[in-house]
Amino acid sequence: MSVTTASSRRIRSKGHYRLQNYAVEAACIALGFVIFVWSLTPIYNMWLIALNDHGAIFSGALYPEAPTFKAFRVVIHQDFWYLARFWHQFGNSFIVGLSVTFLTLLIGSLASFTIGRMRLRQGWLLTNAALMTYVIPASFLAIPMYRIMGIYNLSNHLSSVILALTTFATPYAIFIFSQYGKSIPMELDESARIDGATPLQVYFRIYLPLMAPALVAVGTYALLLAWNEYLYNFLLLSTPQSMTVAVALAQFLNSDESPWHLMMATAIIYSIPPIVLYYGFRRYMAAGLTMGGVKG
Amino acid sequence: MSLTQQAIAPGILVSAARRSPRDRRRDPEWLWAIAFALPYAAVFLALVLYPIGYGLWLGSEPALYVELFGSPIYLTAVANTLIYVCISVNLKMALAFVLSGFFMRRRWWIKALLVIFILPWATPSLPAFMSIHWMLNGHWGLINSALLALFDIDGPIWLIDRWLGMGANIAATIWKQLPFWTVIFLAGRMAIPQELFEAAEVDGAGRWHRFRHITFPLMANLYIVSTLLSTIWTLGEFNAVNFVSGGGPSMSTEVLATIGVRYAFTLARPPLGVAAVLSSLPLLIPVVALLIYRLRKSSVQL
Repeated sequence: MSVTTASSRRIRSKGHYRLQNYAVEAACIALGFVIFVWSLTPIYNMWLIALNDHGAIFSGALYPEAPTFKAFRVVIHQDFWYLARFWHQFGNSFIVGLSVTFLTLLIGSLASFTIGRMRLRQGWLLTNAALMTYVIPASFLAIPMYRIMGIYNLSNHLSSVILALTTFATPYAIFIFSQYGKSIPMELDESARIDGATPLQVYFRIYLPLMAPALVAVGTYALLLAWNEYLYNFLLLSTPQSMTVAVALAQFLNSDESPWHLMMATAIIYSIPPIVLYYGFRRYMAAGLTMGGVKG
Repeated sequence: MSLTQQAIAPGILVSAARRSPRDRRRDPEWLWAIAFALPYAAVFLALVLYPIGYGLWLGSEPALYVELFGSPIYLTAVANTLIYVCISVNLKMALAFVLSGFFMRRRWWIKALLVIFILPWATPSLPAFMSIHWMLNGHWGLINSALLALFDIDGPIWLIDRWLGMGANIAATIWKQLPFWTVIFLAGRMAIPQELFEAAEVDGAGRWHRFRHITFPLMANLYIVSTLLSTIWTLGEFNAVNFVSGGGPSMSTEVLATIGVRYAFTLARPPLGVAAVLSSLPLLIPVVALLIYRLRKSSVQL
């Protein structure tokens, strides 16, 4: 008697568990569906507009009825006056991105080498300077920065944007490098110094090679920051010659009669490099970010 | 190395050690350190301290602030900034925390979903916000077309209403930044040793108790630091407001980050723009102070 009630209760509780599991599973799938739609709708919208012909955008259809790559062809062949210098501007974006990456890595690694490896008594000054820069929103410095680039005689020159963006990318580089550098034993430096190496040699031969993963993570970060930035590009670069793609793209908004399908095609082409870079280096980026993880 | 050399060596070493800090090792060492620190020091002086000083000087005129506080557009922008930052930061952080729990589940399709979920963060903000702006077009935007086709609802003309515009800005900001903070929290959750949960389960702790006594206390600090940092970044967010609502209708959805640029470059009054930005310091400084205090106290690194 007692055995049967116990077993029937077990069966009932098993069924109850299974029911609960189904409910959890169903809730997960529903949430997953919401996340899927939420994440992809604006990106789908870009493709929807870019694949339509100019007139078809205004039909209110939920999918492109006669999809065409015409808009992409126009952008690639620079067949529209807003896009007359598209590839030149694309090149500008690349120059800005690569220069910011290089300068951020160089300046950041030199500074963190001093802070972490050379026992400079005033090292905390550098750390605090970096922290101070890190907590100022970049857009808050835009107006004085614009004036100062004029004083430095760099207006409408790519180097103005390169310098400004390097300024905002370097603090993060210093934090990550200082953090990562702690895992490289000081004994390596010391033994090299005893063998007569100068600090410059230690920096090039020991520090930089061992920092490679952190360099990749921060380099990706700096490249994405520079490629995606808009406000400083817009303020500092206004001639078609000096413009980057971000500024050229925003120009479409200057008129109400703009060909929106061309704008979205440009937007998609502009988005491809960072997305490829991001997914390509996701592992390294994640390594950089988990330094932001909890430590106990 | 022979015995005699070893016997002599300590004497040499002692004298070398005594002399080296002053004339042989220390001074060049110190010069090297200066040389290595110089590039960042130069960047900081020329491109951070100088603009800050210049900005403070530009915005030092008290008359500017009298003008600002008499302007309804500015007062609206202050109110908008508070609403925009409070709602978008808190909503985003709460969602990111919940979703990081969801993405901890071991299912192949959840792993695949994470790759898609990260796409908004990987997409540059300018194209994304332009697309969202266009989606909200009252006549042929995707949202209203979908509402009509799926539910037979005639959607509003979103961006001619202040509150719908604010809502659109907030939603766009969350859309863009949610993946980043979810990944941060996911990393935080993964760093919690699994043994803690196993031990608690053996002791009979249920799902809620495991969350209440393990996940929650271990994540609290990361959550607070992330919220503070996100507050600073959202306070400076220019693109979302500038491209989704464009500050409109008639400047009713501007925030301090956009109105400063508007004053300085559309109205060609840089001092007024700087004053508008500087007027956010009473908001920014406590957040920064709290953040630095938290970072000092804990081992959370960002």
